[in-house]
Amino acid sequence: MAERKLIDARGAFCPGPLMELIATLKLVEIGDEIEVLSTDKGTAMDVPEWVAKVGHEMVGTEDKGDHWSVVVRKAK
Amino acid sequence: MSNRILIVGGGLAGTIIANGLCRQLGKELRTGKVSISMIGTSDQHMYQPGLLYVPFGKIREAELFRDQRKVLDRRVPYHIDPATNIDVDAQKVTTQSGKIYEYDYLVIATGSRLMPQNIPGMEEGAHWFYDLEGARKMRDALTEFDGGKIIVNVNAPHKCPVAPVEITFMLYDFLNDKGLMDKTEITYTYPIGRLHALEPVAEWAKPAMDEYGIKYETFFNTKEVDPVGKTITSEEGVTLPYDMLVTIPPHNGAEVITDSGLGDGGWVPTDKKKLLREGSDNVFICGDTTNIPISKAGSTAHFEADTVIDNLVSLLTEGRWARDYDGKVFCFVETGMKTGTYVWFDYTTPPNPGAPSQMIHWFKLAYNRLYWLSARGLL
Repeated sequence: MAERKLIDARGAFCPGPLMELIATLKLVEIGDEIEVLSTDKGTAMDVPEWVAKVGHEMVGTEDKGDHWSVVVRKAK
Repeated sequence: MSNRILIVGGGLAGTIIANGLCRQLGKELRTGKVSISMIGTSDQHMYQPGLLYVPFGKIREAELFRDQRKVLDRRVPYHIDPATNIDVDAQKVTTQSGKIYEYDYLVIATGSRLMPQNIPGMEEGAHWFYDLEGARKMRDALTEFDGGKIIVNVNAPHKCPVAPVEITFMLYDFLNDKGLMDKTEITYTYPIGRLHALEPVAEWAKPAMDEYGIKYETFFNTKEVDPVGKTITSEEGVTLPYDMLVTIPPHNGAEVITDSGLGDGGWVPTDKKKLLREGSDNVFICGDTTNIPISKAGSTAHFEADTVIDNLVSLLTEGRWARDYDGKVFCFVETGMKTGTYVWFDYTTPPNPGAPSQMIHWFKLAYNRLYWLSARGLL
């Protein structure tokens, strides 16, 4: 059964939300979802751009006021 | 009642904690109220950042090593007997020899390890400098190198996040001094959409690489290396040819962490302020072993270790917490063979590196020796 992992990268300057997402995707199964919380507004653009390049799936992006929530599903 | 503190891991984090505790708990150690012991994997302590200089013959290998028992306070028994299972419910650690160590407080500082084998062809086709054997091989390859395409390839996750840009600019200076840059092309690849995770470092590196004619490829996550055809291909669908491939391989945490069910990939879920394992109140996690979204670096381990020391001492002597870890990280950045800068940040302060200077480069060279004072808990 697919699982969802949470990465709370709020306030993380290095390695940052996208690098954490890339590292975590290597540890989960196809079909699993990863939710990234980020205070870096660039995340809402960087993550969908990378996901499209590499062939995973965007589940959604949500502006939570003081941070963004970005959910990605591992597709391959 | 005695409080037994067991430290698993003899790297920088574990060693600073052991020595720092000894400095503050002299009376408790003397009277037997506290005992501290350490389990490690090697009789040698290695200064890992020094590996950066090995490919260029800029450091003597002997400078990288000290006898771990001499670095450790003599009041800490050191057992070279790798941990094979950590049972946080039963509060005991089993080692390769079959011994069982029980504890009241546990510090897990088992670090990270290189995993080039996770990427097809990488072990056969690439050089790296993150361990001594690799750094020696890279030094030999550089001695033979007489021009061609060099790729500096970065993979996630990895420790020492500034090392990839350092090695790139040092390679440029090294080859330029040898008169080889007119027939050499250096290409730097990075997993995300800019040249470094730290935005100010990326903003500094881009014009510097442009000035030196260093090419770059962002959004490059390695899928495979063809060691025969000498190409490297990314998950994003880009293939680059190379004559010499220098990689920062992906990392995992220690095998004992996954074998003990303590965390995927060897990273232990950790409270980012208290540095306690999630779900435990007597298991501290320090250094690369945590899953905190923060740089895996010696300075991170150092500042975390200082927090663990203060809290353990305070818990044992006063029954209260002393302070939270504030996320502080400080990294020197070598910007070539003759200049350097530094960057620091914490959970609330963004990084803001200054202009590179010769003085900071010299200070980094001095720190290469001052490190041993850090490990001893003096700096």
